[in-house]
Amino acid sequence: MNRDGQTPLVELRDISIAFGGIKAVDHVSIDLYPGEVVGLLGHNGAGKSTLIKCLSGAYHMDAGEIRVNGEKAHIENPRDARAYNIETIYQTLALADNLDAASNLFLGREIMRNGLVDDAKMEAETRKIMGRLNPNFKKFNDPVSALSGGQRQSVAIARAVYFNARILIMDEPTAALGPHETQMVAELIQELKAQGIGIFLIEHDIHNVMKLCDRASVMKNGQLVGTVNVNEVTDDDILGMIILGKKPAHLAA
Amino acid sequence: MADISEAASASGTKRGVLATLELDARLLGMLVAFLAIVLIFTVWTGGTFIQPRNVFNISVQTVPVAIMACGMVFVIVTRHIDLSVGSMLAMCSAVMAMSQAYWLPSLFGLEYGNPMVLVLTILIGFTSGILMGAATGWLVGYQQIPSFIVTLGGLFIWRNVNWFTTNGQSVSLTDPNLLMFGGTEGVLGAPASYAVGIAASVVAVLTMMAARKNKIGHGFVVKPMWAEGTMMAIIVATIMLFVHWLSLYEIPAGKLRRMFEARGETVPEGYTAMHGLPISVLILILVAVVMTVVARKTRFGRYIFAAGGNPDAAELSGVDTKWLTVKVFALMGFLCGLAALIAQARLQSHGNDIGMLEELRVIAAAVIGGTALAGGVGTIYGAVLGALIMQSLQSGMAMVGVDTPFQNIIVGLVLIVAVWVDIIYRKRMGISK
Repeated sequence: MNRDGQTPLVELRDISIAFGGIKAVDHVSIDLYPGEVVGLLGHNGAGKSTLIKCLSGAYHMDAGEIRVNGEKAHIENPRDARAYNIETIYQTLALADNLDAASNLFLGREIMRNGLVDDAKMEAETRKIMGRLNPNFKKFNDPVSALSGGQRQSVAIARAVYFNARILIMDEPTAALGPHETQMVAELIQELKAQGIGIFLIEHDIHNVMKLCDRASVMKNGQLVGTVNVNEVTDDDILGMIILGKKPAHLAA
Repeated sequence: MADISEAASASGTKRGVLATLELDARLLGMLVAFLAIVLIFTVWTGGTFIQPRNVFNISVQTVPVAIMACGMVFVIVTRHIDLSVGSMLAMCSAVMAMSQAYWLPSLFGLEYGNPMVLVLTILIGFTSGILMGAATGWLVGYQQIPSFIVTLGGLFIWRNVNWFTTNGQSVSLTDPNLLMFGGTEGVLGAPASYAVGIAASVVAVLTMMAARKNKIGHGFVVKPMWAEGTMMAIIVATIMLFVHWLSLYEIPAGKLRRMFEARGETVPEGYTAMHGLPISVLILILVAVVMTVVARKTRFGRYIFAAGGNPDAAELSGVDTKWLTVKVFALMGFLCGLAALIAQARLQSHGNDIGMLEELRVIAAAVIGGTALAGGVGTIYGAVLGALIMQSLQSGMAMVGVDTPFQNIIVGLVLIVAVWVDIIYRKRMGISK
């Protein structure tokens, strides 16, 4: 699967995972190249989030293998995934509501000084990155429960971006956002792409997929319907794949 | 940098004095409640309540519950509960009493007064506390049994293993060194107490200065110097007043005579000595300070609060929440062992019913202190203050002659009202948790 002689950033090969007899993901293979955005589409329950959680270490796959930069990767838990520079922005955002932005951003990777967490340093770093991502963000000392949906989203994104992600997984990053904030996320994705980061984007909005993604992989009932280059298809083609579970006729050849 | 200058101008505008001092409103509420209790009973008892002797007694009596309440804060913050702390205290106490009275002398031939008896007794007691707590934590964390059930079972189990261990008999403590943890038998005396007070004041001021310097170093807004100075003055004054007050409590002449006789001396003419700080209170303060540092400044503490706020988020951020649960309960068990040491030393014996119903007082102290049962929220100082409020209330009521049943009824009501007021406060302030 070489493209222009490049090694894929990530290859998910023949991944399967079942929950009590239900095959949530059934022999799915997808890949991702540096500087590329691959959309993952499908109905609710199609297996997109489950597939991606195998990569982020939240779930343990039953069969298949994950390769990062062409080498077999062993991802048993979220810590392992982070060690491969795989960062995830979950749909639920996975923020501890009772902690402030800095504590959430550095959760699991606190900056230490003399064996104690250095809150001032972490807050300073948080101010720096938020100044870049969301300059309007001011509530650095409030628990994130006091933040708006967009502000919470920017904390979750900052957490993924701060630690030099090479592979970024975004699970419906714009679902809870207004038009202005959605535009901000779109711009961020373009910027990250330009830095050579590979992005898996789980997205329901076909319009966003057509605009942001290079390729789109469609899943239905745990199986991969197919992967298409976005600039070779129309949004109706992709909708057809999602609903009918078949590749469009002109690409099926 | 734009946001910093803007925030600076915001703080420059008129804010309330309390807001500038950055005092937590809930802490303030508890302090007011505590001072009200002190004031009411002082007037009611005609001043006896505030006498050094009574302040000393209340301080000493508060220690075991307050120490365990510190651990309970962590347990409740992680969305668990520990109903077995009273029984674990009894179990640790039983093991320690049997160790010094029977096991150590017969097994190693250690004779009366050998300092190794104390060392080994403490080691055995603390180890059993940690093991009991870790077992609870393993069942809760790795086996996913609700902590309510595991510790309810533990309440029955440890209470009765304790009974079996001592055959239900009271065990008199035989080690003379151990009694120093009890209170009146273990005091620093006035000069050493003042020294400790001054040292604590210096450390408190230096810590606040260092935190301020660190914030300024990162270009953050800090409260004005006068506010910082006021806080320092209040803290230093509280420490020194407490130390001074306990140093006014005289050791009775009869006891002084016995102490000198034990050393083969006689009391010089006109010689007096003061109690000063009890060792047990010093231990509580140490525990509270260490636990506060753990809660706020270590990874362990950060993960406890993260797991309490959102267990899934903590797990996805790479926190091993199962192991964390074991550690939290093991710490609770350790503190039960420490509380057992102090409780049995104060009573100078191990009784079968030691620590009975203590779990309820410990949970009440934590909850009165602002720990939310929904998890994620709680402070160590709040729990200690909660324990102090309950002990003052109970002690004051006993002094003015309220019968025991009514004492307990009132403590129960106070618990409910404290949480009620807190809920109303949160609603008014629009705090969801």
